[in-house]
Amino acid sequence: MNVALAKTDTGSALEAALAAARERLPAGGKVADIRRQALDAYERTGLPHRRIEDWKYTDLRVLMREVLPLAAAPDAAVLKRAEAALKTAAIEGTRRLVLVDGAFAPGLSETNGLEKGVSIRSLREALDGGDGALQAQLFSLDTSNPMVALNSAMLTDGVVIEIADGTVLSRPLHVVHIAAGAAASSMFTRSLLRLGKNASATLVESYVAADGTRTYQAHDSLVIAIGDHSRLDHVRLVEDAADAVNISSSAVTLGAHAHFNIFGMASGAAVSRYQATIAFAGEGSRVETNGVNLLRGRQHADTTLLMDHAVPNCASREVFRAVIDDSAHSVFQGRIIVRPDAQKTDAKMMTRALLLSDDAEADNKPELEIFADDVTCGHGATSGALDESLLFYLRARGLPEKDAQALLIQAFVGEAIESIANDALRDLAEATAGRWLRARA
Amino acid sequence: MSLLEVKNLQVRVEDREILHGLSLTVNPGEVHAIMGPNGSGKSTLSHVIAGKPGYEVTGGEILFKGENLLEMAPDERAAKGVFLAFQYPVEIPGVATMNFLRTALNAQRKARGESEYSTPDFLKKVREVAKSLNIPQDMLKRGVNVGFSGGEKKRNEILQMALFEPSLCILDEMDSGLDIDALRIAADGVNALRSPDRAMVVITHYQRLLNYIVPDFVHVMSKGRVVKSGGKELALELEESGYARFEDAA
Repeated sequence: MNVALAKTDTGSALEAALAAARERLPAGGKVADIRRQALDAYERTGLPHRRIEDWKYTDLRVLMREVLPLAAAPDAAVLKRAEAALKTAAIEGTRRLVLVDGAFAPGLSETNGLEKGVSIRSLREALDGGDGALQAQLFSLDTSNPMVALNSAMLTDGVVIEIADGTVLSRPLHVVHIAAGAAASSMFTRSLLRLGKNASATLVESYVAADGTRTYQAHDSLVIAIGDHSRLDHVRLVEDAADAVNISSSAVTLGAHAHFNIFGMASGAAVSRYQATIAFAGEGSRVETNGVNLLRGRQHADTTLLMDHAVPNCASREVFRAVIDDSAHSVFQGRIIVRPDAQKTDAKMMTRALLLSDDAEADNKPELEIFADDVTCGHGATSGALDESLLFYLRARGLPEKDAQALLIQAFVGEAIESIANDALRDLAEATAGRWLRARA
Repeated sequence: MSLLEVKNLQVRVEDREILHGLSLTVNPGEVHAIMGPNGSGKSTLSHVIAGKPGYEVTGGEILFKGENLLEMAPDERAAKGVFLAFQYPVEIPGVATMNFLRTALNAQRKARGESEYSTPDFLKKVREVAKSLNIPQDMLKRGVNVGFSGGEKKRNEILQMALFEPSLCILDEMDSGLDIDALRIAADGVNALRSPDRAMVVITHYQRLLNYIVPDFVHVMSKGRVVKSGGKELALELEESGYARFEDAA
């Protein structure tokens, strides 16, 4: 491949897209400058490829080839399709916040009757507000990562959620990313959730496509800040269309004695990558990350996590399960950094891959960088087929082969799904896994 | 018609022949004991009847209710009424016992064209059976056999036997890993399931088990064949003389 040419082509196309869309992109304060710098940063590498260590198993030049043109602002027809998609995508009992083709859709969102202490705005509104600190926080993602840089350069909208100190939000917030465009396109979103002190909330994010949507790329990013003594439960469900690309980046910081529990499941999209940095900024905090990939066909899903223990007395748990059929490919890269001051860190990471076919591929890359001496850190990784002795036991009890496999697969991902604290959301994740299994039979 | 007819069965595992022409006929209501030293092929016979992969049948046949059992998948055999109580029941983490039992029972019923049990009907049935076997409800909530003692695992096998109501029960070394009290409980469970419609094949190394489950027929296996058959007194004879003279006979 002629790398230089590819980069120039992509870069100039993006510059043209950026120029054409200038009117539509938020650009208040320093934002225009930040975008320009981010685009420059992106252009230095272009789409990341296998020679960049972090992208070794997920070569976007091969998997994505190009960045599709920026999605048009949703018109009435697009919004109508998105509304239809909500019939199945909506989750009962949650407050719905909808992004359609990268634009906040107030008409489809539930922003009235907000609980006391909760503020919800579109990203555009928040940036236009001219709050310098908020702006800095929104652009705190590390643009040395090319896909973060691209996202910073191109982002059109998102949801900014601020939850005040002492607010306990019982109704989960559901950010629904809907692709509904009639032309092949990319959408770029950035959202923020700021949780004050002594507060708690549940955030669900799901990625879906409306019927009749052309091929698309969802480029999303999320900044999460969790205050002291606060708890955030986060559920991500990637159920994008079978030919879609989903590149999501996230930066999470925790204050002291805070708790972050995240569950992510990728069953949709042809290519997906979830890259997250989770940083401990206060002592006594805990993070549980649980992930499940359910892949078939030629799907490729990558989870890349960086757990940054910078302060003492924090604990992190990473449990990751991949079920890989046909010639699908699952990637897990988990890096744990324990910085010199982070004594009494307790960090564990366990990944398991279940290979259902000879062509299925799982790549696990655990990395531990430990600079403190009084810590407990561990990681483990396994991959293999379904246990023949368990299969035979089930079949000897009357379960046909596919049913026996389904029961064992469900048990395999169950451990990760069980980590979801909210009963309704746990049932939802189980149902999603169940649908995937039934489609297999 | 006999329930089970094993005729001149020859079985290989990889390059080794384990069964060299074994024959056995079992009629409804009968309890057969198969005894023999380690390596005589007892467990191989039970695995081949249940359909475990990895065995190659190179000769002979197995008829079950007159049908060719060897052509059926393991789950079809189960639905037709074959039940193997495993020597070492596997642990299945993440699959709740109750869910497993219901899924298995309904899969068998579905295969036979019978209606599936509703959840309340199933719960009622399972509770009745569990009670009769002294199985605490708590055990049913746990993962299949996860953390169960040897005795609990065997009781779980008997619970399934009672629930699925098979016409042929094969008990593979049911006594292994059980102390005398656990053995008695398990044997009582098995005895309660004896019926004129149901046959049992009890595979064991030791005569001890047969004090609790008294067989109608005893077969001695050695080197992949049945070398002697007789009544229950044959087991006592074996206890005194050991397997050595039968090994010579083979």
